[in-house]
Amino acid sequence: MTGEQIIFLITAGFTLGSGLMVVTARNLVHAALWLVSALFGVAVTYALLNANFIAVVQIVVYIGAIAILFIFAVMLTRRDMRESGPQMNKNWWSGAILAALVFAGLAFLLQGWGGFSKTASAFPSGFDAVGELGEALVSPDAFVLPFEVASVLLLAALVGAVYLAFNKK
Amino acid sequence: MIPLSWYLILAAALFSIGLFGVLVRRNAIAILLGVELMLNAVNINLVSFWRYGDVTAMAGQVFAIIVFAVAAAEVAVGLALVISVYRRRNTVIADELDMMKW
Amino acid sequence: MDFWSDPLKVAADWLEGIFTGWGMDAVLAHVLVAFLGVLLLIMLLMVLDIFLVWVERKVVARFQDRLGPNRVGPFGLIQPFADIIKLMIKEDTTPAGADKVVYNLAPILSMASVLILWAVVPLAPTMFGVDLNVGVLFIIAAGAIGALSIIMAGWSSDNKFAMIGGFRQVAVMVSFEIPMITMLIVPTILAGSMHMNEIILRQDIWYVFLAPLAAVIFMIAAIAELGRAPFDLAEGESELVSGYNIEYSGMKFGMFFAGELLHAFTFGGFWAILFFGGYRFFGLEQVSPILAIMILVIKAMIGYWIIMWVRYTVMRIRIDQMLAFNWKFLTPLAFAVLLVTALMNALLAGAPTWLYILGMFLAHVVTGWIALEIARSVARKEREQVEGVQKTLEASH
Repeated sequence: MTGEQIIFLITAGFTLGSGLMVVTARNLVHAALWLVSALFGVAVTYALLNANFIAVVQIVVYIGAIAILFIFAVMLTRRDMRESGPQMNKNWWSGAILAALVFAGLAFLLQGWGGFSKTASAFPSGFDAVGELGEALVSPDAFVLPFEVASVLLLAALVGAVYLAFNKK
Repeated sequence: MIPLSWYLILAAALFSIGLFGVLVRRNAIAILLGVELMLNAVNINLVSFWRYGDVTAMAGQVFAIIVFAVAAAEVAVGLALVISVYRRRNTVIADELDMMKW
Repeated sequence: MDFWSDPLKVAADWLEGIFTGWGMDAVLAHVLVAFLGVLLLIMLLMVLDIFLVWVERKVVARFQDRLGPNRVGPFGLIQPFADIIKLMIKEDTTPAGADKVVYNLAPILSMASVLILWAVVPLAPTMFGVDLNVGVLFIIAAGAIGALSIIMAGWSSDNKFAMIGGFRQVAVMVSFEIPMITMLIVPTILAGSMHMNEIILRQDIWYVFLAPLAAVIFMIAAIAELGRAPFDLAEGESELVSGYNIEYSGMKFGMFFAGELLHAFTFGGFWAILFFGGYRFFGLEQVSPILAIMILVIKAMIGYWIIMWVRYTVMRIRIDQMLAFNWKFLTPLAFAVLLVTALMNALLAGAPTWLYILGMFLAHVVTGWIALEIARSVARKEREQVEGVQKTLEASH
């Protein structure tokens, strides 16, 4: 058990535990806060995968914006301070069975694949992952088109969200 | 060293937990929380395939960044919809939003 | 190697040697030494924090034409210790309907989000916490966690004033992150890297001379991020009964308060690193790392002084004025500055040094002047509109 494996197991346990609390927490603000810890666990996983930029962007975008948006939305849509009624619908057992089946199916399919247990190759020396990523995002024969289309998508989402939530008095 | 299988199993488990949340919760915002978990699971998959495959091929990381942008856009519009519906119908329970107009 | 040229590495190697001599695993010894290093840094920062309380109170007193604490110890130097003792012996109240876990976690997260910022601050050419190749982005991430802690504090206090204060503060923080991130990209472009150490090493000419408007906008956005005046609507005593930290008493309030002061000092430090050359001062930092740390602390103090100066001079701004200022003036200006910097940097890439400095400086000055002219004409139109309405009101009497 190398140190890296121990860290991965702790992180994975933390992430999955937080994920379970997200979907079973009674108080919705608690669920949003458990989402924050799950997202943080995912960021640590990215750091373990040597994807530093993605890890930090995960914290900035997901925790710094999306999770705060969730908390705002939860606080703006509650009728009273205590949650009333059951928080799972009456078919929760079939949902659980379906989720378990999906997990089992995925695991079965993946472990039949040849490269399932391969180990990581080392980084080539002097490889600047962040620089390469930056170049890939803006170079015309790489991914500049999806990048620009994503920015148009975000603009559309911005305009749409403001229009939908606008309180016309 | 950590084999690729560990990351893939983690991603599959997170995806299933998110799926459970989407199928089972009554509150519309809680459903969106489940969707976020599923998107994160997909991202873990993408980034681990980037790392364990060809590290110089940036497609994995670029795909993950585009998924970030799409998730942010979806959450913004989804929550705006939920808030707008709450203003009209005074409820966010998904089961009670079953009539188009009255 | 010489102790004075790299004291930290010498000490770390010596400690690791002792630990492995005791039979500990090499990796575990390394982790333990790193952990002790982190503990040492945090302790030094907390001591600095105590000193900052004294600085703050003396400076505010002088700005307000009075003396400040001068009874407890010479020049009131023991005053912060008296403050700490008072905070620690105060009753630790928790509101009845408060969410206990979130309520107790909020001040801890707030302080933690400030302390992790110091992991990427290069104190000397060889002394830094982590040489992260996305160091500049890490600052934003820590700010995001700080915003989260404020909303946790506001919500869990079970108090409407606290919630409104928390919402407002987070809205301001999230809004002003955009000009701040844009202005953080400017030194990144000029240095070609997001390593904090790399940015300092490339600053042969301080970036404040190459991008003065970026430094100004960064300072404004940083003051808003910190939640200090003139952007402290969320916690002004006269506005919102001190906002999100109403229900906090004793050492928890102390954590918020001290965290805010340390945050201000940290941002003074970042201003110094990004725009004023960090620990560099005409080659003086090569002599010894101790000198480099002192240079950085002096520059950070100057930045902190400017933040304090603004706080005690300018009046508080209303929340809608704050957000209008951000979205209608600061963000477009920040994007314009980024465009101008990138363009001029590419255009003047091969030019001789004096032309480069002059070109960038003039480009920023011209951009700032144009922005001020536009703002002035908009303000003039509004004023004329208001005066026109007033005149018609008076004429009809």
